[in-house]
Amino acid sequence: MNSRAPRVAAAAGALCLALTACGSGDGTDPDIGAEDVEAALEEGGEITVWAWEPTLEQVAEDFEQAHPGVTVDVENVGTGDDQYTALQNALSAGSGLPDVAHIEYFALGQFTIAGNLVDLAPLGAAELEGDYTPGPWEAVQGEESAIHGLPMDSGPIALFYNQDVFDELDVEVPTTWEEYVEAAREIQEADPDVYVAADNGDAGATTTGIWQAGGQPYQVEGEEVTVDFTDEGTARYVDTWQRLIDDELLLPVTSWSDEWYQALGDGSVATLVTGAWMGLNLESGVPEGAGSWRVAPPPAWEEGETSSAESGGSALAVPVGAENQALAYAFIEYANSGDGVQARIDQGAFPATVADLESQEFLDNESEYFGGQTVNRVYADSAASVLQGWTYLPYQAHTNSLFNDTVGQAYVSDTTLAEGLADWQDASVRYGEEQGFTVTTGD
Amino acid sequence: MTVFALVFVAPILYSLYLSVYRDQLVGGTSFVGLENYRGALTDPVFWDSVSRVTLFLAVQVPIMLFLALLLALVLDSGRLYGRDFFRISIFMPYAVPAVVATLMWGFMYGTRFGLVGNVNDLLGVTLPDPLAPGVILAAIGNIVTWQFVGYNMLILYSALRTVPHDLYEAAEVDGAGQLRVIAAIKLPALRGAMVIAAIFSVIGSFQLFNEPSILQSLAPNAITSGYTPNLYTYSLAFSGQQQNYAAAVAIIMGLLTMVIAYAVQLFGMRKAA
Amino acid sequence: MGTPTPIRSPRLRRPAPGPSRSRRSITLTLVTGLALLYSLVPLIWLFVNATKGRESLLDSFGLWFGSDFALLDNIAATLAYDDGVFVRWLLNTVLYVVLGAGGATLLAMLGGYALAKFDFPGRRAVFAVVLGAAAVPGTALAVPTFLMFSRMGLTDTPWAVIVPSLISPFGLYLMWVFAAQAVPTELMEAARIDGSGELRTFFTVALPLLAPGTATVLLFTMVATWNNYFLPLIMIRDPDWFPLTIGLNAWNAQAATIGGEPVFHLVITGSLLTIVPLIAAFLMLQRYWRSGLTAGSLKG
Repeated sequence: MNSRAPRVAAAAGALCLALTACGSGDGTDPDIGAEDVEAALEEGGEITVWAWEPTLEQVAEDFEQAHPGVTVDVENVGTGDDQYTALQNALSAGSGLPDVAHIEYFALGQFTIAGNLVDLAPLGAAELEGDYTPGPWEAVQGEESAIHGLPMDSGPIALFYNQDVFDELDVEVPTTWEEYVEAAREIQEADPDVYVAADNGDAGATTTGIWQAGGQPYQVEGEEVTVDFTDEGTARYVDTWQRLIDDELLLPVTSWSDEWYQALGDGSVATLVTGAWMGLNLESGVPEGAGSWRVAPPPAWEEGETSSAESGGSALAVPVGAENQALAYAFIEYANSGDGVQARIDQGAFPATVADLESQEFLDNESEYFGGQTVNRVYADSAASVLQGWTYLPYQAHTNSLFNDTVGQAYVSDTTLAEGLADWQDASVRYGEEQGFTVTTGD
Repeated sequence: MTVFALVFVAPILYSLYLSVYRDQLVGGTSFVGLENYRGALTDPVFWDSVSRVTLFLAVQVPIMLFLALLLALVLDSGRLYGRDFFRISIFMPYAVPAVVATLMWGFMYGTRFGLVGNVNDLLGVTLPDPLAPGVILAAIGNIVTWQFVGYNMLILYSALRTVPHDLYEAAEVDGAGQLRVIAAIKLPALRGAMVIAAIFSVIGSFQLFNEPSILQSLAPNAITSGYTPNLYTYSLAFSGQQQNYAAAVAIIMGLLTMVIAYAVQLFGMRKAA
Repeated sequence: MGTPTPIRSPRLRRPAPGPSRSRRSITLTLVTGLALLYSLVPLIWLFVNATKGRESLLDSFGLWFGSDFALLDNIAATLAYDDGVFVRWLLNTVLYVVLGAGGATLLAMLGGYALAKFDFPGRRAVFAVVLGAAAVPGTALAVPTFLMFSRMGLTDTPWAVIVPSLISPFGLYLMWVFAAQAVPTELMEAARIDGSGELRTFFTVALPLLAPGTATVLLFTMVATWNNYFLPLIMIRDPDWFPLTIGLNAWNAQAATIGGEPVFHLVITGSLLTIVPLIAAFLMLQRYWRSGLTAGSLKG
């Protein structure tokens, strides 16, 4: 009985590799369309959703209420990269796939390039154009007007600042980046234990910063990719940030660590430039900061000019090979376009739907945490001024994992930010070429 | 045996099979022969990680084993008050999962609010930041030492306990002092156990993964994605989707580990003979 | 050093008879006390901080109790958080340990006995293979094992964690060495002459003699399975099947989620709860593993 086992196992392995290769063919089941979505709702069934978005639990419950016979199983299989790894594994194994997957905009590319996501356009998504703000909508669109997911949320950036700290140290809240550097110095002079911001090198924050500065380091045309960190926008971001690093004006604490939360709460960090979703995180993670924090538009690069960018934000998508694609789409539409949106807003989420972003109720909502400020107005204005034309690489998730190997070194050694970015660029080029892309560097 | 085949043999064969292919996001899968191996052998990131764990091994393993040896000898000398309490307490960290140990030390390493910060405040000193790039390898070494020193101590101590009574009596008759007894009787008796402890420590160092992987979220700039060979293969296979290349790297690493473990064994045995 | 004394010799049960064993040294005790401190301080830190609420966790001095004593609250919160998922993880871990470590011990016992007591061609080669198996990096096996298992539909089920845990090279090695010494070949010969079959010989003669070694291997495989991180990390995606280690790290990582709630105090309390059962097991089974270890360390 023993001698056969290895051969069987090896055979299984070989088979699996063969399937891996075929698994990444493109495509949606050509036969399903909008009618099937209706039918699936009538018929009922069970779908699995892989998501770490906490507000979806409630949406799933509501959805089940509205459609008896439908069961939605929301599983948190890990945040961000962990989930993409799991999804990629399930895709290459060709089994254990969820029906719906939560994917951040920057990571959609790695799945669409391999044809791993179902085109939702024929299922009804095509009619939703115009319902979403331009940034997120651009992010979910593929080639030949394919739609790879529906935007769930967006992260237009804003300046979160601790009003009490600014008052106490008698420093003006900055409105431009020039003033921001100035404020950073004044804060340090007034109290060496207080920093303008905590930054230890973060891929998302840096790409967002470059985006807002008008840089466009990435260009993607199908399999042809450009990576170039030497354009003008990138340069002005680098220049400003290098000054902050050189003068040790940033608190070297890693985002999301216990020390980071602590620093946000005890007033040793004065500002935070990041996506609108941070409001919810401050409320849950820094309860002691209630009443102290405020929100302002992100610092401008030129006085009087407004420019913004997106940080994070994510979509729900259907992986190719999912068992119940029609029902999966029905759920996505409900969550990201239908009644689910309001349920998520009620829990503090920041939507990507124009109608909700423009509704008076949403805009007039006073946030108790932010001292009664109508923060949604600030976010909505920011969403409207997000610079167009930004793309991520089709393999951005892996690229980001190389950020701290390269750019991160600028925070802990003599390497300059520009050198770090050049190294990052090299690493991105190398990986892209290894993966069969044609990569140019622009110069 | 079936299980053994399923868990070890089949994956190894499959790894070998994977390692001669290449799968690209664009272009799919193709046979590349030994290309991946050639790539790995000239990959600076890979060799950096290998030299890093080699350094770790060359420093941490001797320190840990030396400490373990001292403690075992002290325990065995019978000159300790509350010996059993010492033995069990020092062994206790072994029961702490690497994940928990690392999370815990990670909290303590914090220079602002962790124990290191507390000590700095209390004594008015500035200890080096354990999570800084130059120091973090030592910080990891500390975690590993903390976890395993008691375990190794116990193995050595147990070996000492098997020394026949007559030998000590004979030594006493000859008028040998404590140090003489240690050098002539105890250390030779420990050789076998030392070799085994060394082999498993070598293997453990080469496979270093849990500690750096968890500390990475605290010190992303210090612990790069290719910090240890194991972390590198993980990053290649799961984040980079380069499973074929990862398989080649892992196979090279496995061979390297085996060679070194075997060398340690040969070295130890030859001396023992 | 000549033939090792049979390990069951009663002489070994007595304290080591060093030449001057009666003279205890305070200095030596104090110096060794440093090592003791080194081992215990982190555990004390863990306990102390498990008594602190979220607020005082980061505010107060690490090695002394905060203003609040919230240990019980923390334990209650840990057990109740997210619909009591911690309890589920605990039960999962126990399941993996019972089946994985139990199975691994059984296999190691049978395998070690066979290797030690039966001559068959290639016995030496097996030693190399066993060491080799221990040397292959986990990641090398992880990817292919994962792909194989998912073809077989085993991923995301407890089997994906249990089956690979069944092989313990170190356990096999330990049992091998142990069986070689603990079961005198003459005794087996005698049993065979009496007409006892191999199986019967194993159960009546060898098994009782192997008990201390088995207890040792059981403890080591238990620790290994209880502490397993890498394997379930890739195999298990459904939080309902997480073991404690993955679950705790997930809680720790949760702070980095959009809208996620940082629960560092629960991570600390959960860590404490994770190690308590293992430490208890070690203390209770002391007697057995001590003699087992003695055997394992004998030979090299």
